[in-house]
Amino acid sequence: MIEAVLTLSGLAAAFGLVLGFAAVRFRTEGNPVADQVDALLPQTQCGQCGFPGCRPYAEAIANGEADINQCPPGGEATITALAGLLDRESKPLNPENGEEAAPTVAVIDEDVCIGCTKCIQACPVDAILGAAKQMHTVIESECTGCDLCIEPCPVDCIDMVPRRQDIGDWQPPFPDEIPQWQNKQ
Amino acid sequence: MSTEQPLLRLPLGFEYVLPLLQHEGDPAEPVVAVGERVLRGQVIARAEGYFSLPIHAPTSGTVTAVEPRPIPHPSGLLADCIVIEADGLDEEEQSRPAIENPAAVHPSRLRNRLRECGVAGLGGAAFPTHVKLNPTGERQAEVLIINGAQCEPYISCDDMLLRERADEVIAGVQTMLVALDCPRALVAIEADTPEAMAAVDAAIEASKDERIERVMVPTVYPEGGERQLIQTLLGREVPSGGLPIDVGAICHNVGTALAAWRAIHYGEALTERVVTVTGEGVHQPRNVIARLGTPVADLLSFCGGYTGSAERLIMGGPMMGFALSNDQIPVVKGSTCVLAASDTEVVTEKHAMPCIRCGECAEVCPASLLPQQLYWHARDRDLEEAEAYHLFDCIECGCCDVVCPSHIPLVQYFRAAKTEIWARQQERQKSELARRRYEERQARLAREAEEKKRRLEEKKASLAARKKGDKEVKSEIDAILSRVKARRQQDSGEKGD
Repeated sequence: MIEAVLTLSGLAAAFGLVLGFAAVRFRTEGNPVADQVDALLPQTQCGQCGFPGCRPYAEAIANGEADINQCPPGGEATITALAGLLDRESKPLNPENGEEAAPTVAVIDEDVCIGCTKCIQACPVDAILGAAKQMHTVIESECTGCDLCIEPCPVDCIDMVPRRQDIGDWQPPFPDEIPQWQNKQ
Repeated sequence: MSTEQPLLRLPLGFEYVLPLLQHEGDPAEPVVAVGERVLRGQVIARAEGYFSLPIHAPTSGTVTAVEPRPIPHPSGLLADCIVIEADGLDEEEQSRPAIENPAAVHPSRLRNRLRECGVAGLGGAAFPTHVKLNPTGERQAEVLIINGAQCEPYISCDDMLLRERADEVIAGVQTMLVALDCPRALVAIEADTPEAMAAVDAAIEASKDERIERVMVPTVYPEGGERQLIQTLLGREVPSGGLPIDVGAICHNVGTALAAWRAIHYGEALTERVVTVTGEGVHQPRNVIARLGTPVADLLSFCGGYTGSAERLIMGGPMMGFALSNDQIPVVKGSTCVLAASDTEVVTEKHAMPCIRCGECAEVCPASLLPQQLYWHARDRDLEEAEAYHLFDCIECGCCDVVCPSHIPLVQYFRAAKTEIWARQQERQKSELARRRYEERQARLAREAEEKKRRLEEKKASLAARKKGDKEVKSEIDAILSRVKARRQQDSGEKGD
């Protein structure tokens, strides 16, 4: 009887030590789930999900505080990817957060701009160039199309336009997306 | 049927349309203004970066516009073009001296010359030749394969070129051997073109070059594919995701060899190419030498015009070509063939039926892929899985399409899946950039807030110090005042005495 108790206690103590050591030695920095989720998000930093950026939303998803269908810029593709990562059921985009739309970029009407720097402060990715009382402009290749610069502009000189389509960006459609094929299948 | 007539040069036209992107890589940047007079061979758009080529004026004339025009592209979209109105004089610019002895100069000079002259692969892909002659990696080029096997049925431009200008092609092969520092060249010719074979044999004989050998390959589509040709000639398989140089081979088209020769020996820019004009929709199918930028309509009218059965205009061959929306679209560096097809010659719309898993497609696939599996995954948009089945080894030859008893447009699925994967990769890169910029901005804001806080604290501290100093001064003043008071009281007391 006493041997059994001693053996079990000994084993428990030994495993406890091993586990305790491992917990310290192999500790992971940061939140790996949030990192993985963040890598799947489109990084628009638009805040349409209700969080102040993609990283906070990723952390909220990882902690189970937010659902996976709150990202309109990512749309269906992102939801599917997140569902795959977290082993959850895919679901349609939450309409409260917005609708999936074609990617856009901001364009400043440089004749109207008064150089107030408000849009520069609003831009989450520093894609607007300018200084006080100087004309501002958007660096097209860096703009994520988040819309956040529209609101603060006092003279309403910023427009969202569809991202420029180069002939190299053209994608041939899948045959089942062409209506005439659909009818025939 | 296009080989019955001799190779003829198309007479000069009135207008030439030069797309800025005629090659694989980055588009060229225009360097001429509207209204400027240009000469044949003059650079009208310069190369942007290593993976790019300049564009040259195909004849002398005036630049009338730099604007978006329809170009030969499966999308049917417009792209920027330089439009030149010919003046009929066809004056040439002579700015590049001939390199008399290619063996005596450094290979990089030869490559530079090819780049200056805008030489691209004339087999259809229009890959910049200077890039292909500068293989990276550890392996040396052991054999140069000159591809004279037509890439598709109907096309005969390489055949006709060899028949009439084999000596120049062989001279080009010699130059390429020098540029590559390669010991051996094979000129691959299809079994059903005996005239070309005889011409090449004679040219090799005349050159007395023992490094060059003519080899016969079977006439089986897609024998003209680079990988297939290497497999047939060398028995080596180019690894998945690899390049021919990985097995020690480099492939160039016969037309490219000729263009390379003319660029080096005459300093001549690539401004013309051989184009096959064929199909039941044209009266006299033949091969013509056309200036780049010539509208397809000029080619067709030179060949007797349309017949009544012309149904569809296709650039490229019947297997891999794409439909043109109109005949004002110009000939570019990659245009091997213009096919005015009747409705029996092209696969027009057919009822696609469900896959019956017969496996025919896997039998015919020259890349030994499993088109059926690829199809399932592409249809379900399971692109990762499609990639795992080596989607990117598909050469889009269309063999599986033709044999499919259910008429499933397989290649269209594969092409769409490939571009979708590329688009997603690009999107990923873009979002990665946005994330970095966002994080850096957050770090900057935090740093600025920190600095502001520190400055505030410093200011507070200095204010407090000043207050403390004020108190000391006050107490000193008080002391003095009290001393003065005391003295006064003393004085008045003394006076009173």
